[in-house]
Amino acid sequence: MLVSLLLVAALPFLLFTGLYLKSFLLIHDYHLSDLLFSKEWKPASGKFGFYPFIIGSIWVTLLAMVISAPICMLTAIYVTQYTKKTMLRILHPAIDILAGIPSVVYGLWGILVIVPFISKYLGPLFGVKTMGYSILAAALVLSIMIIPFILNIIIEIFKSIPIELKEASLSLGATQWETIKHVLFKKALPGIIAAHGFGLARAFGETMAVMMVVGNVVKLPHGVFDPGYTLPALIANNYGEMMSIPRYDAALMFAALILLVVSFFFNLIMHFFIARYNKY
Amino acid sequence: MDIDTKIQIQNLNVFAKDQQILKNINISIPKNKITVILGPSGCGKTTLLKCMNRLTDLYPELKVTGNIFINNQDILQAGEDINNLRQKMGLLSQRPYPLPMNIYNNIAYGLKLTGIHKRRELNRKVVSYLQLAALWDEVKGRLREPASRLSIGQQQRLCLARGLAVNPEIILADEPTSALDPISSKSIEEQFIKLKQDYSIVLVTHIIRQARRIADHVIFMYLGEVIEEGPVSEIFDHPKMEKTKQYMSGAFN
Amino acid sequence: MKKAGKTEEKIFKVLMIVSTYFIFAVLALIIYSIFEKGIRAMSWEMITQPPSGGYYYGKGGGILNAILGSLTLAIGSTVLAFLLGLPVALFINVFLIRWKKLVSFIRFLLDLIWGIPSIVYGAFGFTVMVFLGIQTSLLAGIITVTLFILPIMIRSMDEILRTVPIGLMEASYSLGSNKSETAFRIFTRQTVSGIVTALLLSFGRAIGDAASVLFTAGYTDNLPNSLMEPVATLPLSIFFQLSSPVPAVQDRAYASALVLTLIILVVSIFSRGVGRRYHKTKINF
Repeated sequence: MLVSLLLVAALPFLLFTGLYLKSFLLIHDYHLSDLLFSKEWKPASGKFGFYPFIIGSIWVTLLAMVISAPICMLTAIYVTQYTKKTMLRILHPAIDILAGIPSVVYGLWGILVIVPFISKYLGPLFGVKTMGYSILAAALVLSIMIIPFILNIIIEIFKSIPIELKEASLSLGATQWETIKHVLFKKALPGIIAAHGFGLARAFGETMAVMMVVGNVVKLPHGVFDPGYTLPALIANNYGEMMSIPRYDAALMFAALILLVVSFFFNLIMHFFIARYNKY
Repeated sequence: MDIDTKIQIQNLNVFAKDQQILKNINISIPKNKITVILGPSGCGKTTLLKCMNRLTDLYPELKVTGNIFINNQDILQAGEDINNLRQKMGLLSQRPYPLPMNIYNNIAYGLKLTGIHKRRELNRKVVSYLQLAALWDEVKGRLREPASRLSIGQQQRLCLARGLAVNPEIILADEPTSALDPISSKSIEEQFIKLKQDYSIVLVTHIIRQARRIADHVIFMYLGEVIEEGPVSEIFDHPKMEKTKQYMSGAFN
Repeated sequence: MKKAGKTEEKIFKVLMIVSTYFIFAVLALIIYSIFEKGIRAMSWEMITQPPSGGYYYGKGGGILNAILGSLTLAIGSTVLAFLLGLPVALFINVFLIRWKKLVSFIRFLLDLIWGIPSIVYGAFGFTVMVFLGIQTSLLAGIITVTLFILPIMIRSMDEILRTVPIGLMEASYSLGSNKSETAFRIFTRQTVSGIVTALLLSFGRAIGDAASVLFTAGYTDNLPNSLMEPVATLPLSIFFQLSSPVPAVQDRAYASALVLTLIILVVSIFSRGVGRRYHKTKINF
């Protein structure tokens, strides 16, 4: 038992150390700020600028969050405050299935539905010529993927608010809407922020679905219809040739290290956030 | 309706799925008195209280029939008005549930709902209601702190002040001292005795001694029915029903 | 003000209804597109034969290599994760139960591991393989996926075990059984349904993930026959064959997506049927 436990507990440190040692070659030879903020990505001539990938990841992730956050909020309030319990009983399996659908299947769906939708309708609507493979396509697919994850947590949060708090506000003469807006929302806010933080960390590391629709072009995007490239996609796309170019493998492991650190960072903050509020 | 009657309940029945929680309740709550609804836990006291300001709306599984008249208006028939009607009744629940705001806004929230928005008037009223609930001296330097930092007893008095701030005519209290220490309980009881000059108070409790200490009028309930109702001296000293006698002698505890 | 509030509420209520039904609609749309493409591509040959002319070229054949490969890999890693995870979950809930701080730190650590993107596991696994001089293989895939699903497995079992009342344990002590016996007998029996849920959940994650097997399990036209050989998987069968210009090969991708989605649907329905939900984040007010 103890051995298993130690193995599991050591896992994050193992991952970190392994990736760090592997990318040490790169970190040692270049300035960290050059790696993170240089735009030039030419592995063959020894230029490793991660900036386009970092920016691509940030665009895709934030846009996905902007799309999914209001949907999750509105749905969670609707099903916990306005509908009968039956609605929740129908929604839960739907959330489960959405959460269970594999990343590649989302990617396939993106190629079949979202990409043509953008190139045929959305692009022309905004007067943009686009292939459809774009930051926007990736963000749309990603937003659907993180909805079940975030929504589940927010529903739990709203359900955990004691009904007496609602009673207190209503008995002061507030309408249901005023109660939701001023009392329940406020009570749930730390949890809502944490839910989105977890969602964000997940979205940032999502690989296959994003890679299949984002376009994979190493260039700083100027708009949501531009194609882009993300850090996870960089790793997944280049594993085959990474042994053939010097320091290339170190560069890909450095990308993995960034993902690991970002994931730790967000999960850590959100856990403390929740822990702090659980005390009250 | 009698001039001294504040709430008149007629033929009130409450059903939950296949079970009847309240059976044919007919009672009247007198004005400017403390009415205690007494009975063992699970007898429907709390449900009866929640019917009075229609918080039963929050529980879709409950079906309520009958009439509850307050100032000659039937609460159960009120449509959109229910939010305003609820303001006539302050609620104090078993445990304090302060709103997720600072101490000041816990009081100001209700004041704003009554249409008061001027900063100066809000300030003045917040202070006066905190004084009325005997909390002002303890919180005057820390109005901007989250209400959750107060002790349980202080929180309960804050909830009392919050309820009084919307200028109700009735105070509905559901075992308000059950989570409190003896000193805080005493303070709440004393408040009630003072407040009855201006408010009609309905207090739900299962503590016989508490009822004896502060009640003017007692309603004894058992298994969803009102067994006996009357002035405190009558119920305690000359109960008519066998059930009441048994309960008063502690047979149910 | 009340009036303005009413209008505001109405607007928001419409938005709420729209977003709720949007979620159902998207789910329906996804299932529809996968089924529509998949059923058209589906045939008896598709699910009973490996590709006969190489997975990236046409020439007939199906996706049996990926179906069997995925099942082998997912079952293998679920079993391995269970064998590693059950002792941990029991350890936390029986032996460490008195050290509340330590237990919550372990839970926190597990949630942290849960959040690590699967591509990081893939990259890490690959690095270790290069270091040890191992080729892509079923075994490497199983080990990587096991690490990846281990936190899910442990935390969902843990979540069930912690609901078992302590009183039950004490009753069992007083009957004279020692700690390990208590742990394994009573707890496990009490929580079989919960453990089945944990297994299904982990299996679903294991069979659906592509990023962790991309570098480690590889891909092959052959049916799985050895732990040391590369193995095909359904997610990668979709990913690789979709980018082929040959329509017949693309059809294999669609068929794979259909098979994979069906497996996930069955797993979701089953796990909902057997047990309770697992909530990653508990917030108490």
